[in-house]
This record gives sequence, C-alpha cells and structure tokens, in this order.
Amino acid sequence: MEESLPLIWAVIIATAVFLYVCMDGFDLGLGILFPWFQEKEERDVMVNSVAPVWDGNETWLVMGGGGLFAVFPLAYATILPALYMPLILMLLALIFRGVSFEMRFKAETAWGQTWWDRAFSWGSYLATFCQGIALGALVQGIRVENRSYAGGWWDWLTPFSLLTGLALVIGYGLLGACWLIWRSEGDIAAKARRVARVLGFATLGCIALVSMIMPLLQPAFYERWFSMPWMLRAAPVPLLVLLLAWLFFRALPATAAREASAPHDPTGRSFRWRDGVPFLCVLGWFFLSYTGLGISLWPNIVPPDISIWDAAASPSSLLFLLVGASILIPIILCYTGYTYWLFRGKVRIGEGYH
Amino acid sequence: MGWDWLPSALDLARFQFAFTVSFHFLFPAFTIGLASFLAVLEGLWLYTGRSHYLDLFRYWLKVFAIAFAMGVVSGVVMSYQFGTNWARFSDQVGNILGPVMAYEVLTAFFLEAGFLGIMLFGLERVGKKLHFLATLLVAVGTLFSSFWILSANSWMQTPAGYSIAADGRFMPADWWAIIFNPSFPYRLAHTVTAAYLTTAFIVGGVAAFHLLRDERNPRTRIMFSMAMWMAAIVAPIQIVIGDFHGLNTLKYQPQKVAAMEGHWERQRGAPLIVLGQPDMATEETRVLFEIPHLSALILTHEWNGETPGLKDVPADQRPTNVPLVFWSFRIMVAIGTLMALLGVVSLWLRWRGRLYTAPLFHRAAVAMGPAGLIAVIAGWITTEAGRQPFTVYNLLRTADSVSPLQAPAVGASLLGFILVYFIVFGAGVLYLFKLFSHSPHDAERGPKDAEPIRTAGITPGPPQLQHHDADPRPQQQRS
Repeated sequence: MEESLPLIWAVIIATAVFLYVCMDGFDLGLGILFPWFQEKEERDVMVNSVAPVWDGNETWLVMGGGGLFAVFPLAYATILPALYMPLILMLLALIFRGVSFEMRFKAETAWGQTWWDRAFSWGSYLATFCQGIALGALVQGIRVENRSYAGGWWDWLTPFSLLTGLALVIGYGLLGACWLIWRSEGDIAAKARRVARVLGFATLGCIALVSMIMPLLQPAFYERWFSMPWMLRAAPVPLLVLLLAWLFFRALPATAAREASAPHDPTGRSFRWRDGVPFLCVLGWFFLSYTGLGISLWPNIVPPDISIWDAAASPSSLLFLLVGASILIPIILCYTGYTYWLFRGKVRIGEGYH
Repeated sequence: MGWDWLPSALDLARFQFAFTVSFHFLFPAFTIGLASFLAVLEGLWLYTGRSHYLDLFRYWLKVFAIAFAMGVVSGVVMSYQFGTNWARFSDQVGNILGPVMAYEVLTAFFLEAGFLGIMLFGLERVGKKLHFLATLLVAVGTLFSSFWILSANSWMQTPAGYSIAADGRFMPADWWAIIFNPSFPYRLAHTVTAAYLTTAFIVGGVAAFHLLRDERNPRTRIMFSMAMWMAAIVAPIQIVIGDFHGLNTLKYQPQKVAAMEGHWERQRGAPLIVLGQPDMATEETRVLFEIPHLSALILTHEWNGETPGLKDVPADQRPTNVPLVFWSFRIMVAIGTLMALLGVVSLWLRWRGRLYTAPLFHRAAVAMGPAGLIAVIAGWITTEAGRQPFTVYNLLRTADSVSPLQAPAVGASLLGFILVYFIVFGAGVLYLFKLFSHSPHDAERGPKDAEPIRTAGITPGPPQLQHHDADPRPQQQRS
C-alpha cells in the first residue's frame, strides 16, 4: 500500500494538471483569438461563453500547485524556484486576465474597453506562453543538489522551451477556436472554423516538431522511445494522433453543414454533441501529447533523476489527503459537470449571463 | 555583479510575501462576510417576499463579483509563492502544511468557484431555491477556506502533532493535533469575526453615504440597520474573543505579547503602555502615557500578576521589529474600540428613533467604512511580525526557509507584483467605489442582464420587473 500511494497520487496530480490544461486551455485560447475577433459583440459572446465557468477552470491550477506541495513537496520545492521567472510572469498575466474578465464588461469609455480587452488578450498570451516555457524547461531537466534547486535563474530559457511556449499558444488558440465552433453560431462560428483549420495544421506541426526533438534531449528519452518493448507500447500514441487528425479535418466542415440545415432553436440551449467533435479531437491531441510526455518522463517527476517515490510526502500525509480527495474529487467533478451542463448551448450576440 | 545595492534576497522575499499576502487578505476579509450577507439577504427575500431584499442582494452581488475575482487571482499567487520564494520552508513542512492547504482547495476553492457561476448568472436557469442553495454553498465555501488556511497559519504559530525526521523535516504524527493546534480555535474565531465586522462596516459606510443624500430609500435603511446591528452586537463580542486570543498567545508565544505590550523586562504588576516608542537599540520603551497595573490585570487577571519581557530570551529569538508589532497592535485595538463605540451609539439612536436621521452619526459611519480593512491588516501584521524570526515558531527560522534565489530575481518579481497590483487592483477598487456611489434602487438589475443589452446597441429600456411584488415606480438611477 505504502509503495502504491505515490503512484496513486501521481495519477491524481497528473489528472488535475490535465484537467487544468483542458479547461483553462480553451478559455485562455479565447483571449489568444481576440486579434481575429475585433468586434465588441463577438468578444462579448466569446467571454460570455466561459464567464460562469472560468473561475472553476482556474482552480485546477491551484489544485496542481497545492497538490504538488502536499504530496510531492520535494518536486514543489525544486520545480518552482527553477521556473521562477516564467511562473511569476504567468501569475502576473493571470491577474490581468482574471480581473479584466469582470472589468471589460464594466468599462464605460472606449479607452477603458480597449485596454481591458488588451489586458485580457495579452494576459492570455503571456500566461500560455509561460506555461509552455515552464513545461519545456521542466522536460529539459532541473539541477537539484541537496534537496534544493542548484541552477541559475535563467536556466529555463532555451530554444526548446521557447518552442514549447509557442506550441502551447497555438494549441490553446486551437482549443479556443473549437470551443467557439461548439458554443457559438453564425459568423462567429464560421470564422472560428477558418481559424481552427489553420491552427489545426499548425498544432500538428508543433506536435511533430516537439516529438522529434524530445528524444534527442536526454539519452533516457531516446532509449524509452526507440527500444523494445517500450517502442511497441508507445507506438499507438502517434498513430492515434493521426487518426484524430483525420477525424478533426472531416468534422470541421460537417459542423458548418449542420448549422446551415439545422432547424432554428429559439432557446439556443439544445445540446449538440456533434458540434463538439473538433473540440474533443483537439482534447484528444492534448491527451496523447501528455501521455507521450508521461512515457518519456516516467517514473520521474523532476527530470532527470527525482522519481515520484523520491519526491513523495510521508505515507501518513499521502493517506490523510487521499481519504478526503477520494470523496471530494468525485463531488467536485459532479458539480463542475452540472455547471457546464446548466450553461450549455449556443451563446448569442446580445444575450449573455453577464 | 553590481547588485550590491539591493537588499538581501531574504528581505526582498519577506517583503514580497508581506505585500502579496496583505493585498490578497483585503479581498477575502471583505468577501467572507459579504458572502454570508448575500445569503442572509436572499434568504430574507425568499422568506418575506419583499423585493427590497432582492434589490439589495443584486446590488451587493455586483460588488461581490469584482471583489471575489480579485481575491481569487491574488490568491493563486499565494499558492505558488511558497514554492517560488520559500522552497526550503516548503520542503521542511510540506508533509504537514501541504495536505492542510490541499484540503482548502478541495473543500473550499472548488465549491466557491463551482457555485459562483450559478450565483452570478443562474437565477433564471435554476430557479429560486437552487439559486439560494448556490449562494449558501459559496458562503459556506468561504468559511471552509478560512478554516483550513487559518489552521495552517496557526500550526506555524503553535506547532503541534508533529515529529522531526532524521533529515530535519517535519513529519505528521497526529492530524487532529495538527489541525486543531493550540492557537487555531482562537485565531479562527477572531479572524472570521473580524471579516464579518469588516463587511458590516463597509456596508454601513455605503448605506450611511446614501442616507446623507436620501434618508427615505427603504433599501438603504435596511442595509444600514443590518450593519449597525452587527456593529452593536459583534464588535463587543470581538473584543472578548480578542482578549481570549491574547491570553492564548501569552501562553504559547510570550515574546509576541511582550512586543505588543512594549515590555522588555519580566515584571509583576506591569503597567499598560498606551503610548510610547520601543527602542530596539537601547532595549527599552520610552513611555508617553501608561496606566499602572493594567497590563498585568488584562493578561493575568491579577493586580500583581507576572508578565513576560522581551529580554527573557536572547536577542536573536526576539521579534525582529518590535515597534511594528507594538504600533500595529495599538491601531487594531483602537479601531476595534471605535467600532464597538459606534455600535453602542447606534443602539441609543435606534432607541430614540433617530437612526436614519442623524447626519453626524452617518458621517462617522462613512469615515468608519474602511475601518475593518485597516484593523485586519494591523492585526495580521501584529501576529505575523510578532512571531519572527521564525516561520515555524521556535523551530524553523525565517532565514532558513527562503529559496536559494538571487536578490535581483526576487527584486524584479517584487517590482512586477507592486506594479501589477496597483494597476489592476487599483482599477478594480476604483470600480467598486463607482458601484458604491450608486444608491440601491428599484428592481436592481443583477450582473446577469445589465450589460449585453446595451452592448448590442439597444437603448436600455426600463428594467423588466421580475417579481409581482416589485415596486412599479419608474426607476431613478441605473448602475
């Protein structure tokens, strides 16, 4: 039991981080798409489509950080100083963005409107870029001596981490566009489809590029991907990415065709799964990339050599929190799901919850 | 490197933590009480059917939305700051404080965030009862949050239920003892009561401001009356709770009490130094005005009781900034006393039937509007500066808690926080003041249906009455 506790917790924390990427990914993505949606009405629809849920989305980030502190304190105490600059910048960007969520609706002057919109959009870009950099820097490895971070404060800045930063901006932008295809209609959805098509190709390109560089970063990664039997186990990952790509590019025009032929829905609340197919495909890409990352890193939580067992808290801490988490997390997922269900359907211009 | 002019990374990290946590604390101090106030308002609306309560609910809900958002984003910073700036602390205490804080996320943050959306936007979608449940859950969430974070803070002040591993890390031995550590019940009661008072005085101040302009608005009268009941009943209770909390501190952190009192020597029948200036260099307090035996009487409940002095321990174990502790404590006590005084006067005016027609009193209430915020920050500084130079009292020094960072990194991030906080939260607070400047009016519109109508280019028409009992007079003002 004691041996498996860190493993259980690694799964829970990894899930929390993935849920964060899924959920805050698309609402950060909306900010990333702002330059393509200049009209105030369009932007209102975009922000309204996430207004009731964004707060909960961001809570998964706190769960990721707080959970790491609780169950892998050594990882928390070494990763966070190592990624000092990108993380602080991310937090500052999230402050701008979070407050402008509320404030952009309250601005009464054109000047205020413009600047809160900028705060929202630039904040989304910077937060996403920093998250991507943090990911890239973590994968490249963190120097730890005597249970403390032993590197410099610019170590995170490498060409690879800049690439992962850019890749995440593109990926979140794509998630945002697919969310819009699902949750809006008319011109906004049409524009989102065009953007999604371009970003879809770009995202696939980024996945391919990062996947090619990854095995070259550390010999262990290369070993993992290009030796038996790991190679066989890992092979489905790239294949599934391609399968989803085929599905994605087929589903995109289909959503347009359906919208043209669908009967008018006066309430706008009918729930159409099939409009969500592109969104779900992209989530699939994220999941597979994430899995690929896990395959490379396993069993380390702080590469190159701190494993989840090295970093884990005491069994008593892990167990104490697990008791609560196993009751509370399902409840949280239920009411989060309920909120999403409650605010389902198409958001229309001039109507919103805000 | 040319960075010698910067303060040390430790001092910068300390200042950064003090700055970000104080800024953050202002918002929960307000929203903890506001969430409960909103639940009471909505409950009264459902129970009595009077539309005034719904108007007030919607009026304060707009304020809540902004204040809560600012609390959330400044709080996200806190959850990462332990790791970025206090990594060694995190490694040392992570086994104990990590789970306590993770429980805060699991029981409180998700609950608040999950139901806030329904509370703000969902009245039409879920109906009154379910909406009321959402409001209640948000209010409960803020209290859960206080419970866990104050438990964690109290453990750092009065550690219990731990063992120390071979490598020096704190390990949990008894979770019950960790969570319900000796100072926790007192700190929880004192802080949550302070949050309620903070809200009451802001609500009272806003109401008084509008009473000065129009004393007939029934909504303004309702909120002023509610706020003044809180002041009259809760402010005196808070003084009693504070006294108990102080006695608990005397037992477990005598050095903090000595700094609060400005006492350097252990003595019998110590005087209460009302005004004075502790001098760190000469290790004595220059007294301006003192009341004989009162300190002994308060702290030991005996005329000639013995009270601790700062010199009981070597200099390197005393609070590092005695004047700060001394003065912030006095500010907190002075404000607490004024709050109770305002409450007493309100009772008298109420008895004479002049509560809503006493401009001088209303001016005083406006002036006291931010009193709670100042008092909670002063109290926070007292307790946090008073337990220095330790992060875990007597066990882990602040100097041994900081991350291995260079001063320029901490300095740059500190500058970033200061700039961003003043810009973003400055704008947010300005907006709050604008909301406050409107009086609560008929058929107050919630955040739900206010803006997009206007943004869609349709001239705002008269608001639709949503309840048959709403007052059908034309509305005078729109927020």
